[in-house]
Amino acid sequence: MAIEDDVTVIGGGIAGMTAALAAAREGAAVRVLSHKDSTLRSASGLVDVLGYPPRSSDDERGEGSASEESETTPDGPLADPFDAIPALPESHPYRTVGVEGVREALTLFDEVVGDRYRGGHTDRNALVPTHGGAVKPTARYPASAAEGLASDDRNALLVGFETVTDFDAPLAAAHLESAGVPFVARGATVSFPGDFRVDAKITRLADALDADERVSIEGDGYTTELPARKALAETVKPHLRGEARVGFPAILGQHETEAVRADLESELGAAVFEVPMGPPSLPGMRLEGAFLAACRDAGVRFTTGNPVVGYEEDDSGAVAAVRVERNGATIPFHADQFVLATGGLVGKGIDSDREGVEEPIFDCHVPHSGDRYDWFADDAFGDHPFARFGVETDDELRPLDAGGEPEFENVRAAGAVLGGYDFAAEKSGSGVSLATGRTAGRSAASEVTTYE
Amino acid sequence: MSDAEQPTDASDVTDVREEETVSDDEFEPVQVFPESEEMDLRPGSDDCYKCSTCDTNCPVAEVDDDFPGPKFQGPEQWRLKRKEDHDVDDSVMSCSNCMRCDSACPSDVPLSQMHNTARGEYVEDQMEKFSREYVRNRILANYRTMAELGSKVPRLTNFLMGNSLVQAANEKLLGITAEREFPEFAEETFREWWDERGGPQVRSEDKRVAYFHGCYSNYNTPEVGKAMVRLFEHFGYEVVVPVQRCSGTPMFANGMLDDAKRAAGVNVENFSGLVEEGYDVIASCTSCSMSLRQEYPELFSYDGTASVAAHTYEALEYLRLHEDLEGALESAEVDAGEFAYHAPCHARNQGLAGQAVELLDGLSGANAEDVGESCSGISGTYGWKEEKYETSMKIGEEMFEHMEETDAETGMTECPTCAMQMEHGTGYEIRHPLEVLEEALVGEGSN
Repeated sequence: MAIEDDVTVIGGGIAGMTAALAAAREGAAVRVLSHKDSTLRSASGLVDVLGYPPRSSDDERGEGSASEESETTPDGPLADPFDAIPALPESHPYRTVGVEGVREALTLFDEVVGDRYRGGHTDRNALVPTHGGAVKPTARYPASAAEGLASDDRNALLVGFETVTDFDAPLAAAHLESAGVPFVARGATVSFPGDFRVDAKITRLADALDADERVSIEGDGYTTELPARKALAETVKPHLRGEARVGFPAILGQHETEAVRADLESELGAAVFEVPMGPPSLPGMRLEGAFLAACRDAGVRFTTGNPVVGYEEDDSGAVAAVRVERNGATIPFHADQFVLATGGLVGKGIDSDREGVEEPIFDCHVPHSGDRYDWFADDAFGDHPFARFGVETDDELRPLDAGGEPEFENVRAAGAVLGGYDFAAEKSGSGVSLATGRTAGRSAASEVTTYE
Repeated sequence: MSDAEQPTDASDVTDVREEETVSDDEFEPVQVFPESEEMDLRPGSDDCYKCSTCDTNCPVAEVDDDFPGPKFQGPEQWRLKRKEDHDVDDSVMSCSNCMRCDSACPSDVPLSQMHNTARGEYVEDQMEKFSREYVRNRILANYRTMAELGSKVPRLTNFLMGNSLVQAANEKLLGITAEREFPEFAEETFREWWDERGGPQVRSEDKRVAYFHGCYSNYNTPEVGKAMVRLFEHFGYEVVVPVQRCSGTPMFANGMLDDAKRAAGVNVENFSGLVEEGYDVIASCTSCSMSLRQEYPELFSYDGTASVAAHTYEALEYLRLHEDLEGALESAEVDAGEFAYHAPCHARNQGLAGQAVELLDGLSGANAEDVGESCSGISGTYGWKEEKYETSMKIGEEMFEHMEETDAETGMTECPTCAMQMEHGTGYEIRHPLEVLEEALVGEGSN
């Protein structure tokens, strides 16, 4: 007999790992199947619940003019995301799990990450500067980013490195100022101390700070060796003009971030914070590490490296197994319950071509117009229908077919594979993944008859 | 039989007894260019959006500041060398072929395939064929040839190779590090044992496997091969052991693509016939199974390559899929104790990383603790090279530390060279999961 578990979760991102963790804590034997390394490595590490209210979709609003739009859409970020949830459209995944579901999921999150994250003390969104100099409303943020909040009025120096090209500190500072932050932001670009190759990986620089490696720096006609943290502080000092806090791209150590930060703070005499970065993202990797450890502690098993490509049905029409593809052969993984957490259009959990939009594993129904010119808006930052493509579900998060009936009794969906919300526009990605992941995991576990 | 072999739908393309690599009606952008006879990795290269996640996963780049990393070696190098005035950069020889970049890439760029072809080109066009490095690499890559000679007189060879003067000479003359203990040759090879016992002891029409033992379990650790045979026969399988060459792994890693191609030709020929007769291919070394499964179809196009790839399994994986292995282990018992388990990179890539730990979980008297994600660092022949030895040990450091942090005093892994490195770095005895399972389910005293 093949490999068999109570609950099989397809997808190793934050939705998948949350579902697995929630199910395992209910006593189920859980396996996560993940094609590649977790996409959390590409995530900023910020956990948003709801930053902006969704732009109401066309069918609710009709052909509204620009002025009407500004009346119905509050500008600026939401102060309290929980407040806004009951007013979301019916199709939004938050409406399925409810405000309580979202709160419970954040409690689970807080427990997993411990003191590595901040924001749990309040319902209100925090405003975190991003590497592009935008200000992002978010519910939870890494402790290393705490001193950087945009609501704080202390002046800030942003420090970029010549070789870390994803963060242009002067540009980010200018953007912050034009976003109207209540402080003076200034940017400086320095070269990372030591003799690293010009295309050194950010993990290499982070490792040097973790280990506090001795690096050589050029002085006035002499060369001296200093521990990396001190050398970095020395490099920054000449640029500091009394700012109370200094922001670096998020490369301050892979493991010893708090120690690196503390050392820099005492050397610089200013608060130090990290600005979340794009991929590969250290805050994302640290978050992945925390979730992996929690899953392992709960007994979750991981099988990674090959994609799930299809499924097998049993006599009753339920899913008996999913099939993992590996060089032309397919390996079945059996379970009682399945959670689909494969991501959206970007994560390839939803696929499209010129003919249509599909969910490739179970071929679940994905509502979309037959005319592909209806899939997008003309304005690049417009209200694109494609951003909300995904499966529709019942109250238990089971994907629905075109007739509104559950596709399978024992398949639930979580995270970006769900339709009805636009995580990019409304800044709700991680929150939806956490909340639907937890609900799907618990709901799947409650169906499992074998656990006691 | 599992569903893996009996598709519910007869037209299911996922079941491959016959050849099927790429469906030919699919449009590939490269088709609009003339002479696409040569392997063209451009579409894969174009998939790379420079996120650099591969670079952060590369064990060599992590410790060697001079190594530019997989993104450069793969898509960048591919673009550069398409221009005629650019040679393949010699840093490609510092890639250890662990293939971790493949599983790191969110965009399915065929990185290791690019590295293998670039390395092959570099060795072919740029490497001086009389250089010490070339000769040394050729010797290391063709371990089997040496091993075959050496194992004819195992005691003499073991004595010689264990001799510090010989080791010093190896380092001076050939650049093979003197830091390592040369693996001992068994007094009786696996194949000798196999012939001695008269081949298969079980015959079956529908449960049949062909064993790819590879070089190491033949010449150095025949006990692994024996355990595999006994375990499979215990479950009623007919095991056959066709004539075979090296899987090619050390050849890919050294850019000896011609050697690899010849070896692959022999292996595909000898195994594809058996696959047609209903045999599945089983390997006990995860680099061997990786080679047959992934590298053959990526690099060669012999008839039967794809069907051999689709029908190759790692031994434990196969039993898990086709037998109630977990059930059998639950009612078994063994006196083996604690193991510090390291998942070889090539097991990781095949999706087998957690398997041994999971299986021993259910067996009383044995327990395996995973020592984490780090690479062992030896990567086959890599850690044997004088100039790579230090890099290899630096990569392995994290694994050594984690091994020592566990309660275990014995190591466990499926890869013979990872085992060498684990032993070298910690002094632990290392066992193969198959040996423990055989002990639990078959027991002592069988032949």
